Amino acid sequence: MIAMDPTLAGLLAGIASRRIRTVDLTNTLSPDFPVIVLPSEFGQCEPFRMETVSRYDGNGPAWYWNNISMNEHTGTHFDAPAHWITGRDVPNGTVDEVNPDDFIHPAVVIDISREAAADEDFVLTRAFLEDWEARNGAIPPRHWILLRSDWSKRVGTVSYLNLREDGAHSPGPDVTAMRFLVHDRDCVGLGVETVGTDAGQAAHFDEPLPAHSILHGNGRFGLQCLTNLDRLPTFGAVVMAMPLKIKGGSGSPLRVIALVA
Amino acid sequence: MNREKRDPLARRKERHVPPGARSRAMHAMSARAAMGRFVLQGCVDCGEVTYPPRDACPRCWGELQWTDRDRGARVLSETIIRVSTDLYFRGQLPWRMGKVELDAGPVALAHLHAGLKVGERAEMRLMLDRGGNAALFALPAGREPDMGDRQWREFVVPVKDRTILVSDARSAIGRAVVHALHAAGAGHIVAGLAPPARVADQSDGVSGLTRVQPVPLDLTDPVMVAECMSKIAGPLDIVINTARLVRGGGVSADGNLVEQRRMLDIAVLGFMRLAQASAPLLQGRPSGAFVDLLSAQALAGDSDCAGYAAGEAARHSLLQSFRHEMRAVGVRVLSVFTGPSDDEDHQSAPPPKVAPLRLARAIIEALEAGREVSCVGDVAVDAMDRWLADPALYMREKNL
Amino acid sequence: MTRAQASYDGVVLCAPVTVAYQRYSSQPAHWWAGRAMRSLAEATGFGPADIDGFCFASFSAMPDTAVGLIQHLGLSPRWLDHIPTGGASGVMALRRAARAVQCGDADVVACVAADTNRLDSFRHTLATFSRFSQDAVYPYGFGGPNATFALITDAYMRAYGVTRDDFGKLCVAQRRNARSNPLALQRGELTLDDYLRARSISDPVHLFDCVMPCAGAEAFIVTTPEIAARRGLQMARILATIERHNAYPDDPVQLRGGWAMDADSLWASAGIAPAEVDTLQAYDDYPVIVAMQLEDLGFCAKGGAAEFIRATTFEIGGDLPLNTNGGQLSFGQAGAAGGFQNVTEALRQVLRQPLGTQVPDADIAAISGFGLVNYDRGVCTAAAIVEACR
Repeated sequence: MIAMDPTLAGLLAGIASRRIRTVDLTNTLSPDFPVIVLPSEFGQCEPFRMETVSRYDGNGPAWYWNNISMNEHTGTHFDAPAHWITGRDVPNGTVDEVNPDDFIHPAVVIDISREAAADEDFVLTRAFLEDWEARNGAIPPRHWILLRSDWSKRVGTVSYLNLREDGAHSPGPDVTAMRFLVHDRDCVGLGVETVGTDAGQAAHFDEPLPAHSILHGNGRFGLQCLTNLDRLPTFGAVVMAMPLKIKGGSGSPLRVIALVA
Repeated sequence: MNREKRDPLARRKERHVPPGARSRAMHAMSARAAMGRFVLQGCVDCGEVTYPPRDACPRCWGELQWTDRDRGARVLSETIIRVSTDLYFRGQLPWRMGKVELDAGPVALAHLHAGLKVGERAEMRLMLDRGGNAALFALPAGREPDMGDRQWREFVVPVKDRTILVSDARSAIGRAVVHALHAAGAGHIVAGLAPPARVADQSDGVSGLTRVQPVPLDLTDPVMVAECMSKIAGPLDIVINTARLVRGGGVSADGNLVEQRRMLDIAVLGFMRLAQASAPLLQGRPSGAFVDLLSAQALAGDSDCAGYAAGEAARHSLLQSFRHEMRAVGVRVLSVFTGPSDDEDHQSAPPPKVAPLRLARAIIEALEAGREVSCVGDVAVDAMDRWLADPALYMREKNL
Repeated sequence: MTRAQASYDGVVLCAPVTVAYQRYSSQPAHWWAGRAMRSLAEATGFGPADIDGFCFASFSAMPDTAVGLIQHLGLSPRWLDHIPTGGASGVMALRRAARAVQCGDADVVACVAADTNRLDSFRHTLATFSRFSQDAVYPYGFGGPNATFALITDAYMRAYGVTRDDFGKLCVAQRRNARSNPLALQRGELTLDDYLRARSISDPVHLFDCVMPCAGAEAFIVTTPEIAARRGLQMARILATIERHNAYPDDPVQLRGGWAMDADSLWASAGIAPAEVDTLQAYDDYPVIVAMQLEDLGFCAKGGAAEFIRATTFEIGGDLPLNTNGGQLSFGQAGAAGGFQNVTEALRQVLRQPLGTQVPDADIAAISGFGLVNYDRGVCTAAAIVEACR
């Protein structure tokens, strides 16, 4: 028997002994899980759909399987740089070309749940982040920034998309926060519980949709529709997020887990 | 609300339909009856009006053609049938019918409305029986049919106290349909609301009505269609398919295929999902019906909105097949054609347009008249007339 | 003006046979036809080689017609006919066969009607009866002939003041005639009170206005007097016949039949008056049609049926012995064979070979047929006057 490398062996032993826990950050992919709604002049995102091909019946007596279809940005999903026009020229900017090393990164969790509960249009600013660092310590480089808004607790209610006549209402960063996270803290990407990395009203910001624009323009990633962020420590979780290898794809539904010691 | 209660131990009532064999000429009569017309054959040479349907004039052997006729008649004799070997009519006995002398000339056997007596004047309606074939029904002249008449109810679809699903209650048309059904006394209205849900859904005019149950329903999702059926309280009597996505664009030009695909998914496969899920429920009901709202563009294509017209045409075709399937179990499948409706989907369409509430009332009228094919508004009436007169010319004109 | 009818010289009718009816039979029509042929053979001594003409009527021999039957029965006739006119088929077979024999197209014609009645065959026969029925009758309650004749009866009663008591008198008389007939399916006593109290089938038609569908066969031979004499057969001659189809198509309701168009020529050709008839074998699927025949054949004036019925006794031994075997109402209606029994019963009475009681001194019989409700009325009417050759 060939001995396993002790580092990997240690990881497996940690998982086996439950010293290292796995936390599933993924929402269940189902037809009724909401997708982002854009103004009607734009093309729309197709939700997840599943049609049974056979289920131990005449169409397949011993087997069960379904045909599924969806937009790349459906359910818990990954945004690649090529998703945004600012990232169109980023090397390896599509999901099939993302460096596999980027599938595993540590994360820092920033809790905005109290602010989001008080103001569903809460805007995360650089000032807020600097204040947060003063209390919690500096955000380390090459980390996923996970915004814990508790928005995932709204899944299954109209207040998740929170659509009103003037559009969606949900929290998100402004341009100062995004520049700070990307340029000053060199984040890997931004992970959120809402349906987009940008705030519901971010199209109306002075610099619109700053999360998408700045993340992807700088080769960073997005993770949306995450859940269970409230079960992660502020520092120390390791996020494993591996999008499907879709040729030329702009993003992908995926299973996201965190390892927590 | 008079929600129907049933004995859980009673054996399911098996539904039958009247005898269905007909001549080709009779089918031609039924095809016209399906549109609410009262027609009889007349000789192109000598003018002789004839019935039952023939293939030659009995007076001069000339060719016959179908023409709308005076609906007046007089009752000559009557009987109450108390014994029948036919399974459908055995379930309906006693059944009152009679012989009438039509003002147009011939005599005919006819179903008699309650209270109509021998010697009295009658107004004839050419109805479709539960098997989908034309049958003459004599009403007392000058009186509206009584929806309580047991025999008349076999030919129509009453709305009052019924459980009715409106597949898209979010659109202007869908909301109008819900309101019109509510006003007409529908017992329970299941209002399909396609996701995404809006915060306003919880307090809007449809959900706020009594006897209205909002249910998430997007016809592109088979799971949601199945779940919608499971959420309906009590037996489902009528489905009204108002779901449509209206977008423009040609075939080679402006073809946003993502949009076109969704449009076709709702119009074609969505309809099939809804039909598959609801048909088993409808066929157990005494007056089950499925109403589909169709654009008149279904008849001839339309270069300005090619994909939409194709979806409507495909559904028009599917409705013929669905109607055939449902005839065997006595469920009526009604097509209501309309031109552009006066709503956000047809902002650039020139008038005349059909107000959503008018369309909604026309749907109820089609049900309560048991009419298979209706055209609402001038555009749809004109389209149907031209299509019936010369389909090849009409298709060409619509796509010049 | 139609030409005067040529005489039926050189033609005789003989050997009336009836195969005992059964309410239901699992045997096909072909079996019943075979029993009829066998009965004819027993009555006449004719075998397959002797019979050179064949005339057949049936509703239940599908998919076969007379063609299938001749091969089935081993016949090689030089004359063949198939009569689809139900209740008028007996007289029509008689007429056609008579002219064939008279003209030398055939020497011995077997006229046969045979029908079976399986448990569900009446419903199937109805469902495929005619195109007009499919299009314009069945969809209206599917009451079958009961409903069609209910509408005729309703209009006839309103027009001429005939009452249920009058119809009842006809039905009761026929039942009395049936009581001596061992082959009649219904021989129990029927009183006028029973008749009037019976349940309604299709108002105003009640239970005893309706015939009982059953299985059975009837047959007779048409041949020359010489051949009949050689075989020692009793024979009857034909005095006159008529036939009419789709008479008075513009009458909104059938209050008269085709007999009314041709009755005068019938009696003129026969050279006798209705009063000289010893017995009347009328088509009786619903008594309203019997009343109509009494008028239209000239036994009474149009509209005079009620008065005539009230003044006449129809039992054997009465003024006008009517349907002396019980008629279809009591004997049973075996499909097209029901349309032959008026001929066979008339022949039996004048040839003095009754199944039950003999009509005293019967020499001349009137036979009347009525058939095929294609839409709202019977389309085919026919009548014949026959007289025994003594």
